[in-house]
Formats: sequence, structure tokens, C-alpha cells
Amino acid sequence: MTVGGEQLLFVRQLVQRKTAIVLGEDKGYLVDSRLSSLARDLGHADATTMLDHLRKKPDLALEQRVLEAMTTNETLWFRDRAPFEALRQHVLPELARSGAGSRQLRIWSAACSSGQEIYSIAVLLEEHFADRFAGWKIDLAGTDFSVEMVKRASEGLYSTLEVNRGLPAASLVRHFDREGANWRLKPSIRSRARFWRMNLVEPWAPMPAWDIVLLRNVLIYFDIPTKEKVLRAASRQMAPGGYLLLGGAETAVGICPELVPEKIGDATFYRLEGREQ
Amino acid sequence: MKALVVDDSRAMRSILSRLLRKAGVDHIAEAADGCEAIACLDDDDLPDIALVDWNMPNMNGLELVGALRGRPEWRRITILMVTTESEQGQIVRALAAGAHEYLIKPFEEESLFDKLAILGFHQPVQGDSTNDFAHN
Ligand SMILES: C[S@@+](CC[C@H](N)C(=O)[O-])C[C@H]1O[C@@H](n2cnc3c(N)ncnc32)[C@H](O)[C@@H]1O
Repeated sequence: MTVGGEQLLFVRQLVQRKTAIVLGEDKGYLVDSRLSSLARDLGHADATTMLDHLRKKPDLALEQRVLEAMTTNETLWFRDRAPFEALRQHVLPELARSGAGSRQLRIWSAACSSGQEIYSIAVLLEEHFADRFAGWKIDLAGTDFSVEMVKRASEGLYSTLEVNRGLPAASLVRHFDREGANWRLKPSIRSRARFWRMNLVEPWAPMPAWDIVLLRNVLIYFDIPTKEKVLRAASRQMAPGGYLLLGGAETAVGICPELVPEKIGDATFYRLEGREQ
Repeated sequence: MKALVVDDSRAMRSILSRLLRKAGVDHIAEAADGCEAIACLDDDDLPDIALVDWNMPNMNGLELVGALRGRPEWRRITILMVTTESEQGQIVRALAAGAHEYLIKPFEEESLFDKLAILGFHQPVQGDSTNDFAHN
């Protein structure tokens, strides 16, 4: 039996309530294929049996697995390239100057998936900024709704298909060790980043202010009021003079006026309105 | 933009050629090994990029890379190795010999576009594969 009707509605409402992800009514096939493989993994006869189980009595662990199965985790190294070029050429040199007093650099990947985004920054820092940030306190953080993704990111273990995606070969051989069919990030990079679970649509626990916030390819799944709420919260988490980066198909324009777009190189960053120059 | 695809598998050559066309490359030549590749190079009409397999008869990919780096006229050809050789040491060897990038087979379509972007040839196709749930 396939997931449909009332059960589909149940899943869509659960996903929207807990993650704010808006699942179109036409996504029945996706719900069905993703939950069928989860049901198989967990030893349920099929997806409908698993959902019946969940609807009868609350089971937070199962609920989390269902929610995680419904999120898209696709990510890659140096995604879209231009933002990372801009970080290398303009943003990081600027932060090296402006932060010379405190000698602290804080960067947060707010929906980090399996970690490629924040580790791309770690690779950039290692390859191009080792001297300029020598002796600095550098805090690289990644958070995600998914427990599974947080675990994967912390492990820093990637398949060949994953290292093929956007990672220059010279960086691959320099920063990874082959481990069976996979590739493990060397401790020199892996130890630079820390990861924890965080749901962007629930109240945020206290955090430091970040010099760079990467909030990429996650707002696309939210409705406008949720986008606004998350952007507001992110703007409050930016250090003075900080930078916010969104995904290629995302914008804060018309949603969060305190965030002002600024074209840097070939990428668009957002800065806080009225910040001191 | 011109490309040369060097692979002893006809099926692989046609996959790579199709992807290159999708990436906007209009002139594509194919060769089944290093010797054929060298034979088809015309100094007045050199390819911008060569996609080079490793294991081929007659002249293998690593030897071809060496040959392409050995002659000044050919040095402006960008080289992307596309091969099942996936040992770290092999990748290091290919880069040291003069390959610019390296793609491990089997690969996903997008990863070839990613490599072309790294090499400065092409902006990655803005796929909507992550937008399964996007609602706008
Ligand atoms: C497509 S990935 C983007 C990864 C990376 N930022 C990038 O641009 O490549 C989207 C990620 O957002 C996470 N996510 C979805 N809803 C979330 C929420 N409410 N709070 C935190 N993370 C969420 C998913 O688990 C997934 O890992």
C-alpha cells in the first residue's frame, strides 16, 4: 500500500510543524519512496504500517527519523564557487584586518548537512590564510536539524561520489586520507569544526555572534513568514561588520529589510543595515 | 570551445561527449588512446581541454599527459583526467605529471560540470535537484 490521503496529510503537517518545510500536495511519490526505505530499515512491513504506528502513539525517536527522511541533504564542496572566491579575495582579508585587535574569527554554517560547506571554509583557511590568521582563535561551526547529518559531518568521511563534487583534486590529496572506498578528512581540518543539532525554526539557544553566517539552500523550503523569522534571528546573530550568505535561489530582499545586499566579487552577501563603517 | 575526449571505451567517449555538449562545448574530437590523441592534434586548431582516461592500450593516459606537457605548443591545453584509478598516490602522480584536475569514475553528471567550473570553463548548471520540496 502506498502513502496517500489522510496519511500523506499527516506527514505533510508533521513536517511543516516540526521543520517548517512545506511539502507540496503533489509530493506523495517522494513521501512514499523515502518512507518506504526507512520502514524497511526499521523492520516495518511498509511505510503505511510505520505511519499507523506513529499516529497511534507518540514516538519521538521514530518521528525524528521520519522527519530526517523527508529532508533533502544534497550539498557539495565550494557550492556555486563564486561565494568562496569572494570569501577568499575580499571577505576573509577584510576580516583579517578588522579583527586584528581581537584576533577572533567565527563562522557558522546554519544548515550544514554533511559538512562540506563549513569544511570548504576550513580548507580555504588552511590553503590561503594560514599565515594571516596564525595565532587567532578560529571557531568554525555547523548545525543541522538532522541528527544523522550532524553525525556524518563530525565524522568527516566522504564517498568518492561526494569528493568528486566540487573539491579540487589537489585539495583532495592534500587534506584527505583514503579509507577503504571512502575518503577521511585529516584531523588538521576536521578538528577545526564543531557540529551540533539545531532546529532553525525553534527558539535558538544562546550563541556567540558570527563574523560570517552561511544560511544556504534551506530557506527555499520554508514559507515567507518562516523565512522572515529565520532571517531576523540570523541577523541578530551577526557580529558588527559581519556577513550573511544565502543560497543561489534565495534572497532577503523584500523579506528582511535590516539585511542589505552587497555585491562582493560575483556573489551577493548581506550586511546589517546602518552598521558603522 | 573545443574538447578532445580520450578513452578506449566507445561508450564512455559518447557519455563524455554528450555531457560536454550539454555544457556548451560545440567542437568535440574523440580518440581511443594516447597515440590517436597525439595524431589528431592540429597545432592551428588545438583543443582547449582534453579529458583523458588512464588505462588505455598503446599510450596510456599518464604518458599522454607527459607528452602534452612536453611540447610548448600543447601546454595551453587544460587536462582533466577521468579514470577509475582512485588511489591517492595515482592522483598525486597525475597532478605532478601536469594534469590540472582529476575526476574518479564512476561519477555523477554534475561532478563533470563541477570540474569544468573549477577549471574556469563553465558555470555549473544551476540544477534544481535540491529543490524537491521547494514550493514556489
Ligand atoms: C540542501 S541542504 C543544504 C546544505 C548546505 N547549506 C548547502 O548549501 O549545500 C539543506 C539542509 O537543511 C536542513 N534543514 C531543513 N530544515 C531545517 C530546520 N528547520 N532547521 C535546521 N536545518 C534544517 C536539512 O537537514 C539539510 O541538511
